[in-house]
Amino acid sequence: MKAFIMNMLLIHFLQMNTPVPRDIPIPLPLPEWLLVVLLVFSFLLHIVFVNLMVGGSMVTLWAEIKGLKNKAYDTLAYEVARTITVNKSLAVVLGVAPLLSINALYTIYFYSANALTGLMWILIIPLVAVAFLLTYLHKYTWHSMAHLKRLHIAIIGASVLLFLFIPLIFLVNINLMLFPEKWSSIHGFISALFLPNVFPRYLHFIFASLAVTGLFLFWYVGRKNYPFETIFPADISRYDVKKIAYSLTLGASVIQFLIGPIVLISLPSKGFGWGLLSIILTGASLALIAMWWIWKALIGPKEAINRRFGAIVILMSITVLFMGSGRHTYRANALDPHRQLMAEKTAAFEKLSEEARMHPQQSNTAEVVDSSLGTVAKGAALFKTNCSICHQKDTKLVGPPITEMVSIYKNNISGLEQWIKAPGKKRPDYPQMPTLSQLSDADRAELAKYILSIQ
Amino acid sequence: MDFPMFHLDWLNDRFLIAMIAILHVLINHGIAVGFVPYIVWLEQKGVCKSNATEITDTKWDGMAERMMKVAFIVTTTVGAMTGVGIWFSAALVSPASIGSLIRVFYWAWFTEWTIFVTEVVLIMVYYLTWKNSNQSLQSKLKHIKFGWYLSVFSWFTMAIIVAILGFMMDPGNWNKHHSFINGFTNPIYLPQLFFRTPTAMVIAGTFGYLLVFAFTQKNTETRKQAIQTSAKWILFWIPFSVLGAVYYYKAMPAAMRDNMSTAVGTIEFQQYYQLLKYIILGATSSIFLIALLGLLKPGKVRWGLVLFPTIMAFGFLGIFERVREFIRKPYVIGGYMYSNLLRKEDYPLYQRDGILKYATYNSTPEITATNKIEAGRNVFMLSCSRCHTTQGINSITYVFERMYGSFNKPLDENAMAAYIPNMHNGRTFMPPFPGNQKEAEALAAYLKFLQQSHETLEGVQTAGVVVNSLNNIDAAIQIQQTADSVKAVKLAKK
Repeated sequence: MKAFIMNMLLIHFLQMNTPVPRDIPIPLPLPEWLLVVLLVFSFLLHIVFVNLMVGGSMVTLWAEIKGLKNKAYDTLAYEVARTITVNKSLAVVLGVAPLLSINALYTIYFYSANALTGLMWILIIPLVAVAFLLTYLHKYTWHSMAHLKRLHIAIIGASVLLFLFIPLIFLVNINLMLFPEKWSSIHGFISALFLPNVFPRYLHFIFASLAVTGLFLFWYVGRKNYPFETIFPADISRYDVKKIAYSLTLGASVIQFLIGPIVLISLPSKGFGWGLLSIILTGASLALIAMWWIWKALIGPKEAINRRFGAIVILMSITVLFMGSGRHTYRANALDPHRQLMAEKTAAFEKLSEEARMHPQQSNTAEVVDSSLGTVAKGAALFKTNCSICHQKDTKLVGPPITEMVSIYKNNISGLEQWIKAPGKKRPDYPQMPTLSQLSDADRAELAKYILSIQ
Repeated sequence: MDFPMFHLDWLNDRFLIAMIAILHVLINHGIAVGFVPYIVWLEQKGVCKSNATEITDTKWDGMAERMMKVAFIVTTTVGAMTGVGIWFSAALVSPASIGSLIRVFYWAWFTEWTIFVTEVVLIMVYYLTWKNSNQSLQSKLKHIKFGWYLSVFSWFTMAIIVAILGFMMDPGNWNKHHSFINGFTNPIYLPQLFFRTPTAMVIAGTFGYLLVFAFTQKNTETRKQAIQTSAKWILFWIPFSVLGAVYYYKAMPAAMRDNMSTAVGTIEFQQYYQLLKYIILGATSSIFLIALLGLLKPGKVRWGLVLFPTIMAFGFLGIFERVREFIRKPYVIGGYMYSNLLRKEDYPLYQRDGILKYATYNSTPEITATNKIEAGRNVFMLSCSRCHTTQGINSITYVFERMYGSFNKPLDENAMAAYIPNMHNGRTFMPPFPGNQKEAEALAAYLKFLQQSHETLEGVQTAGVVVNSLNNIDAAIQIQQTADSVKAVKLAKK
């Protein structure tokens, strides 16, 4: 019973603290389904190059360390390092389209998560720039730092650390945006980092990077016009490198099968459904077939290692497509109820706002003419709305008091009108008077008349 | 209103965007748009000046290649990331405006993006194939031709981006027709393009001039000729840059007036505008002089002498960007959304009921005697914090102290409460105060408290959010149920 009450209290607490903001009251630029398709495809294209950048830098680090003892690995490290800088440029530019699409589709959720982890989120920009500069430094000092190998390895080590950290910031945001009920409990990046599911998803991404990089390396060294023999020392063959590449893909994929279930289990249940489960399982079973073929190629004869490479890439790509769709399905499931509430709320607010627009009340800044003042009534009203916030009768507020104006312009009403029309700066200890361009010549005449009527 | 408010209380939120954006523009114009044609021209000169037995003058070509390497590295790292950074920072500081703009101009940006992807690919191909192309004259000439294509492409991305900037600021047209064409027919589109094109060339030339010292040996013929060549490039473009600057300079006040619907610009704008005149003169004449010296006496020029005009050249472009941003005020989206991110059309509602009631994140939905300061803090966060800090850059206490001349005495709470609702009459670059009288009073109380306590204001990135009890999920469910029952009644009537 006690547990039940605690539970009810907790649910109530969550409700109280789940915000329902208003959405941007402008229709989506495209039909929603089309935006979703653009988002999923452009994101996958982006993430493949991110995978190659992150995985490539990890492979480079590993091979360069191994290369301290074995020259062949040093060459391998250089070859992979040369691809990182190209892949990273593509990763960045290809990131713009999914960014644009998620901004349009999930404006409220994405931006709220960004703001809540704001400092770390904006740090992405300098961190990535530094990581990129380090990869260039590493690449272009390969030969000149040949005798400073350990320092040179430290450079790629630093960029690997950055490349490993940055995806965590993205994942924290992508995860946090799914849970508006958690937003009020978040105080910066660190607290969002420890929401369930962040770390499993992160590891899932890292091993995906290694698997994709393995396939890329297999293709890269296997290209017909790639002069393998002139680049690599004689003690390593194309077959050896391809074996390394395939082993990397297979090993990383096996680990994915251990992490994958943890990702699923640690997902909060609100976005779960049979549809999601079947998408994920179909994707995973396709990957199993590809992994089996890789295994056969690894244990098979030397000349048959290329068998089914194309089919393996296609199957793995389809797996990626399924996983990407699964990811989106979860997001849509998780957010749909909240989005509906938000839509109703937005519509209700638009109606309220329109009503207020249709029936404007007498605003407190509108001028009220007090007819008991006679000929200066209009001027007094104008003074109240346009001048009184800076000028008082006999004390200085922002500008000089009225009594002072009277003493200057006593017999010069047109001079006063002229001053109001084009005010300047007379005194060092006063700010310059702004031009009140909303006033007409007639208004200025009324004002001057009123001001000079003050005794 | 609907987004948690990220806030940098010392640096100033807008300054964050400005820093990133200006760095990006400098790199984009100076080291990409202007630099690529300059380098291609140098590469072509190398082929022309070599003798018949060579493909190109190797020393000269090596210099040009290394200069391009600098541009390649800078553009694909800091250049690319600051480009993304404009999105990131604008979304953090100004989510409601950038979210609205994306809904309307999605396709414009998408198109821009495809052109941008092509440009990045072309830059990579151009630079990474440089050394290989030196193997035959035929491939070298092809490489140069490719460089010219790339130059046209980079200019094209700039021409489109300027249109995007233009339509975002197009006064009054935003609500009426959401056509990309507005960007090109915008009154400041052509002046901007006429200014930016030759200015990019001038900046690129001065930057290249500086790099010559890094990539050539002292007292060599290569250095001498490279200095003279850069000088010629600058001298060719600088008259156009000056003309473009004057054209743009003259077009600015009109654009400003359209947005503000006032007869003359504000004092603040005038100050910038006056400053601009001197910067145009100072920057262009120092660049002109160093170019002239390089042309006539290349042996006399030292790198330290070129450094100052180079900085001036970048500053020249930067200050125009600052003034252009000023034209936007008091709106962030012309005629539609004020720079406090509140829509103009919602003002009657906010001024009637107060903004606190409608804010999603707000600890004080009702102002009481005991929560007045806290409510004032919330009002400040919602309606002032996009442009003002509490104690940092453009701090609110400073602007009030300056206005009242009360640096050493307490601010007058009542005077401020009276001033705030009327402030936009005198200071047309300020949006009108969105709240009701009670909120103006709470804000004034908070401002006085700020002056005395020197309290600072944390943004949600450290402080987190408090959900307004009027805008939580319970309240939303009630709205939904009301809407459902209205629908049911309508259905039953049918």
